Order: sequence, then structure tokens, then C-alpha cells
Amino acid sequence: MTANEPNEAKQPKKQISQSYWNLVWWRFKKNKLAIAGAIIVLSFYFVCALFAEFFAPYLLEHKSDYLEARPQWIHFVDPEGHFHLRPFVYGLEKKIDPMLRKRTYIVDTSKRYSIYFFVHGEPYKLFGLIPMDIHLFGPDPKDPEAYVFLFGTDRLGRDMFSRIIYGGRLSLLIGLLGQIMTIFLGTVLGAISGYYGGAVDMFVQRVTEFLAAFPDIPLFMALAAIIPPQWSPIWVYFMLTLILAIVRWGGLARQVRGMVLSLREREYVLAALSFGASDRRVLFRHLIPGAMSHIIVIATLAIPSMILAETALSWLGLGLRPPLTSWGVLLQEVSNVRAIRFAPWLLTPVPFVITTVLAYNMLGDGLRDALDPYGSR
Amino acid sequence: MAEQERRDNILLEVRGLKKYFPIQRGLLRRTVGYVRAVDDVSLYVREGETLGLVGESGCGKTTTGRCIIRLYEPTAGQIHFKTTALSPNGDPQMVDLLSLDKERMKTVRREMAMIFQDPINSLNPRMTVFDIIAEPMEIHGMGRGPEVEETVVRLLEHVGLRPEHMLRYPHEFSGGQRQRIGIARALALNPRLVICDEPVSALDVSIQAQTLNLLLDLQKDFGLSYIFIAHDLSVVQHVSDRVAVMYVGKVVEVADVEHLYSRPLHPYTEALLSAVPKPDPLYKSERILMQGDVADPANPPSGCYFHPRCRYAQPICEREAPEFRELEPDHWVACHRAGELHLKGV
Ligand SMILES: Nc1ncnc2c1ncn2[C@@H]1O[C@H](COP(=O)(O)OP(=O)(O)OP(=O)(O)O)[C@@H](O)[C@H]1O
Ligand SMILES: [Mg+2]
Repeated sequence: MTANEPNEAKQPKKQISQSYWNLVWWRFKKNKLAIAGAIIVLSFYFVCALFAEFFAPYLLEHKSDYLEARPQWIHFVDPEGHFHLRPFVYGLEKKIDPMLRKRTYIVDTSKRYSIYFFVHGEPYKLFGLIPMDIHLFGPDPKDPEAYVFLFGTDRLGRDMFSRIIYGGRLSLLIGLLGQIMTIFLGTVLGAISGYYGGAVDMFVQRVTEFLAAFPDIPLFMALAAIIPPQWSPIWVYFMLTLILAIVRWGGLARQVRGMVLSLREREYVLAALSFGASDRRVLFRHLIPGAMSHIIVIATLAIPSMILAETALSWLGLGLRPPLTSWGVLLQEVSNVRAIRFAPWLLTPVPFVITTVLAYNMLGDGLRDALDPYGSR
Repeated sequence: MAEQERRDNILLEVRGLKKYFPIQRGLLRRTVGYVRAVDDVSLYVREGETLGLVGESGCGKTTTGRCIIRLYEPTAGQIHFKTTALSPNGDPQMVDLLSLDKERMKTVRREMAMIFQDPINSLNPRMTVFDIIAEPMEIHGMGRGPEVEETVVRLLEHVGLRPEHMLRYPHEFSGGQRQRIGIARALALNPRLVICDEPVSALDVSIQAQTLNLLLDLQKDFGLSYIFIAHDLSVVQHVSDRVAVMYVGKVVEVADVEHLYSRPLHPYTEALLSAVPKPDPLYKSERILMQGDVADPANPPSGCYFHPRCRYAQPICEREAPEFRELEPDHWVACHRAGELHLKGV
């Protein structure tokens, strides 16, 4: 059979072929930037969302006597020039600055606090279930005087390093959860609108246009205002996620609608229809899977804006409120110039927000290039 | 008696089929006019025969095919199809497809199938060959059991593909092979009528003949009837028993192949025939170059749609639309001057 030649020549043995996702993975792997983005994103979720209690040396609300203490640097070499295998930090000494009439800290090199790994610290429940007290690192558990504040402390003497890890949990999850809800709303409404057309389409399109035309922040504010203040923090969190999704699904729905409109004219869809396929089958077997790769890309690229929206809202005091802690909530602390001037380490959540946003964009760009293996070759 | 016999053999009869696509403009999507893609088409297909449907691009061939299989809802007309699927004992029965409800139409769909022009777009890139060919059976509730697998294997062998490759994806096949996958899918439910919409025009010339021969073999093996759509007469000549020529949404001439090719009655057919390559290179014939473009189906000319391009046009052609009449037995034509002209065939 002459028609079979090309395949036999290339793949003599292998009968089961590469699936679509294999091809995607193969192309994704070649993109170094995307891999870096993926690793950063995954490790952030691993550290913050899954194992925050383990990676943070202190619990979220642990208050020390050191208020607004500056970050301690990690050292290996002491003032006498001796090298220590175990890293350590120097103690801090409180001073009142008479000029500024403000508390400051100076480094006290006479006090050395070694950093211990896998230490027994404050007890916690892993995943809210398993009781544990092991932390990745921390001060000497036997010395009640010892402390380690790598990113300094806040106004109430809480360790910034720990709080950033905990804050990342809510910030990162709100992006993911909000985006999952967005995908659901946008895909279903966009696909229905594109497939059925008519009045449904008209309605969905007008709503998405309204959402697109309306400035985000006032809309968030209006919606956030309806969350009753007496609600429990968890409900506030879910409502906020839902609000983010409700405000943001429109863009995705428009894209899905466009894709469905073009895919619907593909001959393979017509073939299915010519055999009497149901609408449900056409939508879920052909149209939505056909659009899925684009949906994933669009969604991935939109997660950062969702994280940023949460940060902005919480910073404005419209989103999450303490005791819930997200990066935006942490940044509330620096809403005046005084804080930036005298405690700039309170801004450390910012590089984390930026890194997350950049990593997600790198990942999303890589996915976009990888997910269309037929398109470009 | 002969007339009766002719009736008995008819598998599909289309009468007065029209499909107007609305042209919508503006914010409120007001309909400002219609594209008369198919405008009063009548034709029939006998059991076991192939009806060729030819015409230049945009004259409504695809739309006609899609209306017949009810992918498009026709604006007007009747589509009578002889089906055995609706009666419990399998007796053939003539039904008007447009009068069927969704459920019964789905049942009848088992007996008709479509082969598409584009071998890339007609197969879902995310499905394996097995899933693609099994899909019609799945739609008709036959599940995915061992019988389905057996059927898929048998179909693949029939179209000359290796069953071992059925877990591959379409992009791993050449154009000709993909078209064979599409053909296998069309045969999955054992249809009686297959509408082939330019099944070879996207293929390499070297593979075209192979694919056409496959279609002919399958026709014999499965007792299929074809509507074979193409835009030039040379391809149609090999496979068709009868040929219908379309121009701007209308059938202008129908006859069996020999008559149509040797003694065309419509000037448009003559012009198309003059473009068919001659087997004898020494035989020089003038190619009739038609002036102008195909008429716009949204805004067709008056009278006979072909008159602006017709070199035999008379004043009457501009005023009156010609009647579609049976000038010779089984040779229909829509031309005012059909009897008097002596047109050249091949
Ligand atoms: N879905 C549609 N909406 C609006 N107009 C359409 C639609 N489908 C086809 N048409 C118009 O109807 C006319 C006939 O189109 P059709 O595809 O049936 O032609 P065709 O003979 O198959 O041409 P080709 O040889 O290019 O395939 C064209 O003018 C086309 O623009
Ligand atoms: Mg066509």
C-alpha cells in the first residue's frame, strides 16, 4: 500500500502515537523561560499554599518584643574571623534615637544566635490535620532569648518572613480559585452564547460589554461593600474570590465565544452534526476541547491580574481584612510615608508579588507557544 | 411503465430547494437582503448511481449538499428520501426529510453521510482515528464495545489503511490517508446515500485518481449512491452516471454523462466543457472564455442569470427567466435557446 509509506519509514515499531499533550509537553520543555516560570510558580504554591507552617519559623500571630525590628543578616564568619558551618544572626539592641525620638535597633555583634534546621518550634497542624512542631529552620529551641527575623518585624513585633509565607497562601490561592471560577463562568457562558446565538448571545454579549466598559476598581468596591462585615473571614475570602470572578469572566467569555463561532464551522463539527450529534456532544466533545488550550493560556495569563487585584483591594481596605493575611493585607501596614521611611522592610511582600506576576507571565507565554503544535508547523 | 420503473428506483428527490442566507448589517443586525445560495433546485438520485454536481465556485453546490443532509435548514422545498430506517420491518418508505422531527431525522441520518473537502479540517485533531471513525456509532448509541472495534478495523481495511494505526492522531497521516479516514467515517453506519463535497480537490493530483477509484470500489461493495460535488467536469466524468450543472443557485442542465458531454444543451455547460483537458494533445479546440465573473447570488441579474456572460444571449434572455424543461428524455435544461443552438461537446 503506497499510501502508508511515510509513517512506516519514520516509526517502524511504535504503534501508539504521541498524544496531543505529549506534543505540548515536548514543546514546552524546550522553552527555558517558561520552565523557570513554572518552577517558580510551583515552588511558591508548594511553600506558601501547602507547607507554610513548616517553612515559616514562627506562626502567623507570634508576637515578639521586638517591634519594627530591622532584618537580620545571615552570617557564617564571626567578628574574630572564625568560620562557622552553622549560619547565625547577630542580636539586636534597642536604642531610642533622641533626634527622631524613635525606637531604632543596632546590631549587637556580641550576641550570636545560630540558625537550626528542622527545629522543634511552635506546634501547628499540617493541612489543619496532622499535629506537628517541626519547622524548616528557626532559632535555638532551648534558648528562649534567641530569635531570627530575616525580613524584620512589623508594628506588633511579628516576623515578616513568616507572615509573607502565610500571606502568600491567600494571595496565591485567590488567583487560582478566582481563575477557576472565571474559567467555569467564562467557558460555559461563552460557549453557550457562541453556539446558540440569538437572544442568549445578545444578552451575554451586552453583559460582557458592560463589564469591560466599567472600571474595575469601583465595581470591586461596590461589590465588596455588600459583604456583611460580621461574616467569618473564610466567607469574606470566598465572596471576594467570587467577586473577582464575576468581574473578570467577561473577557474570557468573549474569547471563548469567538473560538466557538469559528470552530463551529469546522468540518469535523459539521460531520458530527451530520450524524445527528446532540448539542451537548458537540459542545463538550468538539468545541470546548478545541478551545481548551486557549482557555488555559488566557486563564494563566490572567492569574497575575487577579493576584494584583486582590493586593490592591486589600491594600485599599476593601478586600481581605486582618486577621486574614495576604500580601495585600501586609502592605496595608505601609500605607504612609513614615512606614516606608523608617521600616522599609515592610515592603518585602512587593518583590514577591512582582516575582509571582512575572513567573506566571513566563509560564503563560510558554504555554501559549506550546499548546498549538499544529498551528505553527 | 418505464416511467413507473424510473420512479421506483429513486432514492432521493429534491424539489424546489431554496436556501437564502440573510445579510445582516448594523448594530441591530437588520436583514438588508439575502444571498440566494440555492434558488429553486430540483434533482433526483437513483439507487446505486452517482449524480455529479458541478459549477464554478460559489454557485451553491456545498449549500445544496448541506441542505440535503439538513446541516442547513432550507428556506423552502422538499427533500424526499427513501429510507428503510423508519419502518420496523425495514421496508423502504419515501419521506420528506423536512417534515421529520428531530428524533426521526436522527434515525434517518444513519442512511446518509457526508465526505468533506478539506482533509485537515474534517477530522478533529484531538481525537484518535479510532474515536473519529467510532463517533457515528457512539452517536447512535452503539457504545464502544468489541463490535464497534471490529467495525472500525473492517472499515480501515476497506479504505486501505492499516488497523494498527487506529490509535494515531490525524496529523500523523498524509492528506490522502486523512481523506480515507473521512471516507471510513462516512461508511460507519452503512449509509445508502453519501454526499461527497469535492472529496479530491484538496489532494495531490497523483492521489486523486487513487481516491476516486476507492470511492468507486466502495460504491460497488456497499451499494452506495453518491452525490458527487466538483467544480470541474473532468473529475465528474469518471465517476458520475448523471451530471447536474449549477449556476448561481440554480440547476441549468441535467443529463446522463454521455449526453451531457457529447451534446450539451446549455451554453454554460458548453463553456465548462471547453475547459476540460482533451485526451488527444493534437486535437486543438478553442477554449471558451466566459466574460465577467460569476453573478453575485445576493444580487443576481434579471432574466437568465447567465445572460451577461452568454455569447448566444438574445433580448429575451435578459427579460425572462427560462423554464427548466425536459427537452429530450431525461435531459433537462433551462435555456430559452436550448433547442436551436448547436453546442460543442467533447
Ligand atoms: N453560512 C453562510 N452564510 C452566508 N452566506 C453563505 C453561507 N454559506 C455559503 N454562503 C454563500 O452562498 C453562496 C454559495 O456558497 P457554496 O459554498 O454553496 O458554493 P460552492 O458552489 O460550494 O462553492 P465552492 O466551489 O467554492 O465550494 C456563496 O456566495 C457563499 O458566499
Ligand atoms: Mg463548496
